[in-house]
Amino acid sequence: MADIKIDKTVDARGAACPGPLMELIKAMKQESIGTVVEILSSEKGTSVDAPAWLQKVGQELVKVEERGDYWSIIAKKIK
Amino acid sequence: MPKRIVIVGGGAGGTITGNLLARNLHHQIENGQVVINMITDKPEHVYQPGFLYIAFDKVRPEEIIRKQQDLLDPHINLFIDPAVKIEREKNVVITKSGKEFPYDYLIVATGSRIVPEAIPGLKEGAHWFYDLQGAQKLREALKGFEGGRVVIAVGVPHKCPVAPLEITFMLYDYFKQKGMLDKVEIYYTYPINRVHALEPVANWAAPQFEKKGIKYEVLFNMEEVDPEKKILKSMEGTHLNYDLLIAVPPHKGAQVIEDSGMGKGGWVATNKQTLRNEGHNNVYVVGDTTDIPISKAGSTAHFESDVVAERIASEIQEGGTMTEYDGKVVCFVETGFDEATYVWFNYKNPPKPTPPSKMLHWMKLGYNRMYWLSARGVL
Repeated sequence: MADIKIDKTVDARGAACPGPLMELIKAMKQESIGTVVEILSSEKGTSVDAPAWLQKVGQELVKVEERGDYWSIIAKKIK
Repeated sequence: MPKRIVIVGGGAGGTITGNLLARNLHHQIENGQVVINMITDKPEHVYQPGFLYIAFDKVRPEEIIRKQQDLLDPHINLFIDPAVKIEREKNVVITKSGKEFPYDYLIVATGSRIVPEAIPGLKEGAHWFYDLQGAQKLREALKGFEGGRVVIAVGVPHKCPVAPLEITFMLYDYFKQKGMLDKVEIYYTYPINRVHALEPVANWAAPQFEKKGIKYEVLFNMEEVDPEKKILKSMEGTHLNYDLLIAVPPHKGAQVIEDSGMGKGGWVATNKQTLRNEGHNNVYVVGDTTDIPISKAGSTAHFESDVVAERIASEIQEGGTMTEYDGKVVCFVETGFDEATYVWFNYKNPPKPTPPSKMLHWMKLGYNRMYWLSARGVL
């Protein structure tokens, strides 16, 4: 992790609504190009859904990591 | 020198917090030990969930608007003078008229606003029901609509997460009542990979859509609208033709937040339990303004207000409290013109929607009238 500089972390663990994927979409719309965003989610589904969405819209998935009872999804806004 | 409490914003969060504080601290206010100043940008207070009903001609604007002064405890000093700068290092708020409001405690309740201009063509090509003018315009469009495809699209972020579902179910009942279902295709879209953010709600709503013949597409985020050709394009690469586009425009926080360097997009970094602005112990944040990953809704603002008012009153009277926000949100969900359900959840407990009923719909209509008691800090 030391080589990845995270600009913004959204701790969406336990956030039922709007939820981790919506938080990722919000961050990708709001942040500037080049920003690295990390979403923390307690939903296993996010570890699959978030990378799928990033691929669909052409944004970069940097890393998905399981950390015990939650997941970290790191993405970079490239356009 | 009295303790000075400044509230910026006169929406649900600011008004409820102010009234609760005035009630809890009325002795100190009368003794000159505490002063509460509210700074807001308009003299009216609007019950925003009413816009949905205006779009269907079920509520008149007069029913959802009150004078802000009439809602406030008389111990609160109201200033209709928009805040243009918040200087947290100096503990002062500066207003448009140039007046300075120094504070010992600041409550930031500046809310959110729609920014249809953030999506090219949306302002020209879409209708919405997130402000009075938009709801009235949509009402006229519905009256004149002769058939075709109605597309519902949802911007990110947005407040009142249940509203997209409500408008969709109400549209179905509206066209059914008019005997137009054979001429209309209702097409619902949603930004994430299910029809609503709350999974149990999505699991309930999707079969309802299928039963009613409402088509839907998920992972659909608006990118641009061509108002001439009536085409909506998504970030995910799909295109939709529409005859009537009803959008929930994306939202931003207040300009004063960005102008004061308090948070990108107008959202303020907020501790999800204490509701303090991170790094500023005398600054609290309520309602849509927070950056907490939670529903932006009047209900959220209401329950946060209880906590903020208790914390500040207790700090002044007793030196502090353990009261924290547990993430509580309660939302009614209209599932048509004559039935509704509701969801309740917090940080630890996910929602379990109950089956829709007429009784819950009547409770929702009742709450639309009782809101004024909530704003006054009574209910």
